[in-house]
Amino acid sequence: MDTEDLELSDEEEEITADVVLKTIQNLWQNERLSPEILPHRNDMVECMLGQIQHMERNINKLPKTDLRASIHKMELNRIKYIICNYLKTRLDKIEKYCITIVNDEKQRTESGTNYLTPSEFRYAQEYLLSIEHHLKETILNRVPGNMQAFEINKMAIVPALQSHVFLKANETVNGIVLEDHFGDQDEEIDLEEGSQHILQYKFIADLVKNGKVQLV
Amino acid sequence: MFGEKVIELLKESERNRETLSPFNDEKIRQIIEEMHILFKLNMNDANATSENKSLWTTVQVRHSALERNKRCLLAYLYDRINKIKTLRWEFGSVLPPDIRELLSDSEYDWFSKYSTNLATFMRSLGQDIGYSGIDLTENLRPPKSLYIEVLCITDYGKLELEDGDVVMLKKNSRHFLPTSECQTLIRQGILKQIT
Repeated sequence: MDTEDLELSDEEEEITADVVLKTIQNLWQNERLSPEILPHRNDMVECMLGQIQHMERNINKLPKTDLRASIHKMELNRIKYIICNYLKTRLDKIEKYCITIVNDEKQRTESGTNYLTPSEFRYAQEYLLSIEHHLKETILNRVPGNMQAFEINKMAIVPALQSHVFLKANETVNGIVLEDHFGDQDEEIDLEEGSQHILQYKFIADLVKNGKVQLV
Repeated sequence: MFGEKVIELLKESERNRETLSPFNDEKIRQIIEEMHILFKLNMNDANATSENKSLWTTVQVRHSALERNKRCLLAYLYDRINKIKTLRWEFGSVLPPDIRELLSDSEYDWFSKYSTNLATFMRSLGQDIGYSGIDLTENLRPPKSLYIEVLCITDYGKLELEDGDVVMLKKNSRHFLPTSECQTLIRQGILKQIT
């Protein structure tokens, strides 16, 4: 990509569009591969959107027949796709694990470590309400008295945190404890920078969230 | 046998995994009726046997049947909700009439709510930086090329492109158009991709 006309002149911190794009690609990859929803990075998404706007303006200045215009357009479409798919993947998870996410998020908001953006959270709550309303109207209000409850805990779908994921270490991490469910033989391993592993997601969830490992 | 009808209901939606079948109001009514009968029998037996515990097993079995019916009914609805969701992404907020008929009234209400909720969410994207929102349904597939060749299936009329050019879409005419601008028309069945 042509970085020259992409350079960001952010006063607070200097960060090039290339870095932003790379970060978004990594976020997207992680989000698609992890079983649970990850903390949002709205700052990056908005930064990229601003960049797209800027580039679109630049492209429109070029004559239509210019080869550069179509190459840039193609590149833009790809970036847009990444962002859309990233956001859609999050929405899909929000819908699927709605009850779990809304419950967890309420606790996380109290401690100020929310994973969802405000509009995502609103979306999740609305979605849950609409489902509850629909189920009540169609079935629950018509069944015998003691069965009418909307048993929220029975309905919740929980992400499979024990599923295995492929990962690559971005930096060396020492002393990851792999608990042994059946016996007491916990195992401790070190991840070397650049090495690849297959591990259960729940043991490395925090490392994914703080960017020390990348899911592949 | 208890709970047979509800299994028929689930099998019905299992058979058509990809497509939506008409909302089976009649069967649901029958199942709920079965539940009410079971419930009444249970109430009678439970009241009659507060001292004599010999009927308790029967009550237990009926109660499991009730729980099972409830669970399966909710599963049926939830499965349909997931299918209806994909409709929103494929067709947009307005459903073609033949598909609209497959939904129950309550399901259609739900669809409208889902649709509004999604639209609100998409409008809110990037609002802080002066964006008017992004349509996530437009970029569902990875872009392969900027322009594609399309065949027009019905008489559509004039289509104005982003750059100001106007294309006349007539039945059986072929066009070479920007991919981003014909996705919606392809999904609506007006254009067909031929490359």
